[in-house]
Amino acid sequence: MTKLLKDGKVTPDTWVHVTDGDAVPETGPVIVTLARWQAEHNSLAGRTDGLGIRLESGQSPEAIKDDLARFAVVALEFPKFGDGRAYSHARMLKDRLGYEGEVRAVGDVLRDQYRAMYRCGFDALEIAGDRPADKLEADWRAALGELRHAYQPALRGPEPVLRQRHRAAAA
Amino acid sequence: MYRYDEFDHAMVKDRVEQFRGQIARRMAGDLSEEQFRPLRLQNGLYLQLHAYMLRVAIPYGQLNAVQMRKLAHIARTYDKGYGHFTTRQNIQYNWPKLSQVADILDELASVEMHAIQTSGNCIRNVTADQYAGVTVDEVEDPRIYAEIIRQWSTFHPEFTFLPRKFKIAVSGAVGADRAAVRFHDIGLFIVRDDAGEVGFEVWVGGGLGRTPMIGKKIRGFVAKADLLAYLEAILRVYNVLGRRDNMYKARVKILVHETGTEEFTRLVEAEFADTRGGALDLPAEEIERIAAYFQPPAYEALSDDPPALTARRFEDKDFNNWVRVNVARHKVGGYAIANISLKPVGVPPGDMSADKMDAVADIAETFSLGGIRVTHEQNLVLPDVRQDRLYDLWLALRDQGLADANLDHIGDIICCPGLDYCSLANARSIPVSERISQRFADLDRQYDIGELRLKISGCINACGHHHVGHIGILGVDRKDQEYYQITLGGAPGEDAAIGTKVGAAFSAAEIVDAVETVVNTYLAIRQPKERFIDTYRRVGDAPFKESLYDKAA
Repeated sequence: MTKLLKDGKVTPDTWVHVTDGDAVPETGPVIVTLARWQAEHNSLAGRTDGLGIRLESGQSPEAIKDDLARFAVVALEFPKFGDGRAYSHARMLKDRLGYEGEVRAVGDVLRDQYRAMYRCGFDALEIAGDRPADKLEADWRAALGELRHAYQPALRGPEPVLRQRHRAAAA
Repeated sequence: MYRYDEFDHAMVKDRVEQFRGQIARRMAGDLSEEQFRPLRLQNGLYLQLHAYMLRVAIPYGQLNAVQMRKLAHIARTYDKGYGHFTTRQNIQYNWPKLSQVADILDELASVEMHAIQTSGNCIRNVTADQYAGVTVDEVEDPRIYAEIIRQWSTFHPEFTFLPRKFKIAVSGAVGADRAAVRFHDIGLFIVRDDAGEVGFEVWVGGGLGRTPMIGKKIRGFVAKADLLAYLEAILRVYNVLGRRDNMYKARVKILVHETGTEEFTRLVEAEFADTRGGALDLPAEEIERIAAYFQPPAYEALSDDPPALTARRFEDKDFNNWVRVNVARHKVGGYAIANISLKPVGVPPGDMSADKMDAVADIAETFSLGGIRVTHEQNLVLPDVRQDRLYDLWLALRDQGLADANLDHIGDIICCPGLDYCSLANARSIPVSERISQRFADLDRQYDIGELRLKISGCINACGHHHVGHIGILGVDRKDQEYYQITLGGAPGEDAAIGTKVGAAFSAAEIVDAVETVVNTYLAIRQPKERFIDTYRRVGDAPFKESLYDKAA
């Protein structure tokens, strides 16, 4: 069963993914596809229980840049863990488009990619499988701690090495 | 050369432990082979035809004697007593055991080396001109920037799952390109602008493989402070837009080609406008910190062509040939750059035994201030040799069988491992290389032929750079038989060109004769002092086609 790992804790997930064929539930927070949002913009925009959007790896956040304030969640898909487009999309969302809601990784989300996702700005990960919650949280801590340093700036993670070097030199 | 500080040490050490854990999880069955594959590839570990292969980075081709001895030790302890220097300034071990790989990485870390990002769909080992810092007429030492790029690209969280591999090369030389810069995903030339400021000319979308392309210049000048922001802009455009539907069309060269250079440049510039001036700004103090490691050693005041050298050259023809062919001019008077050819007759190009590695380490300490370079042409360089000691160096190399005087001649073949090792290959390349080097073993004949770059790939992936050989040979599989296509007219450097297929392929039995026919045709029609490539450019392929295929006579 899929679990939501948010800010390093397994957290109850109230959001429902609505696929293109399904009816949108009357109430409760929903995550819809980009196609759904574009087709049913008017009816979806009025919902008060929370609205999220799900982008395929080939769909750029630029497509929703004018609507970002309406979404409490942007879910970015990893169809396969080797498809790395969502890393750039997460950074675009937070760095350039100034999105302040939750960026969520969905799809093929694996332990060895947790750290890169974290550093690129993902806040929450949907993780499939039956691994117990305490193990997932331990995986998260281990994945983040495996490398003490980071050379390059990113959205999160350790202060880049070159800043540390020159701060140390200045001190 | 660059030395690790506490951060660099921690980074490599942490990666070894992380990989040790990943191997343990794989062996325990917690990771599937599919999930493990990119993790091991990003640490240079391939599964080959017979065994695992570990590819170790030699960033921008720079080694010291201590590191060379460690490479020898690893070859002896964990492998079959040899290693293979590749066309990308790496060394490969063909027989390591999975259970020992983490220990090998520990050994490497102890001498400030690693296998990070030597494979996988990420930014690979950064390569540079092997004469960096010692060649005449260099704007600035490319190793400084190659090291900066090495660090920036290491474990870059956004760019570890690119559409395909990504290779960057840097050169600072004026008028010469020894690093095949225009055949990289990004090629950087260090240039000086009209105001005297030093920065980078940026080429994108070069590459070999099944669709060879010369890179396109997308910017004449990027300031030093903007280097990382500009690289990151290119990588982001590529990561988002590069094709992922077909791995053979996934390199950035295809994106540049399909998007058009102008539009691709526009996308990069838009991204760059957004990222420049931020956290990616390269501080001058970091450039200075790294540049300090590449300061010239304390050279003695010496003169060119000392009497000791001139006399020996006069007395000893073999030595004179070696100096003429394998030794290049150094920027400091009285010093020289000496190339060690790893292409003796009958040995796979780039292969080196552990004993010879140890010998080169000793020789480098005695004759070259301890420095060694590895070239993309699968040779070694001793960058700082006193001219008055060249003769003693040559004797020492000759004792080790390392004094082959065939640099840039037909015996100096680039060759991929081919079907003898590689799971991708269609044909063997090493035996063809050996037979050609035997056919042309006579050095006087090689000197008569002059500069001739011959490159062999065992499949269309072109690891042997056949597209940029003056003569290129491509192994193909035809109904389970090995056949070899000949291309003519390629060139890797400042006169970059992609070779043209000359006609139908030759069988393994015919290929060496065919190469000889090409060479003899050139000898018959060349003008005085005209190199093979210049003759080809003058006359085209018609005379070669005629002598290869017109058997009516």
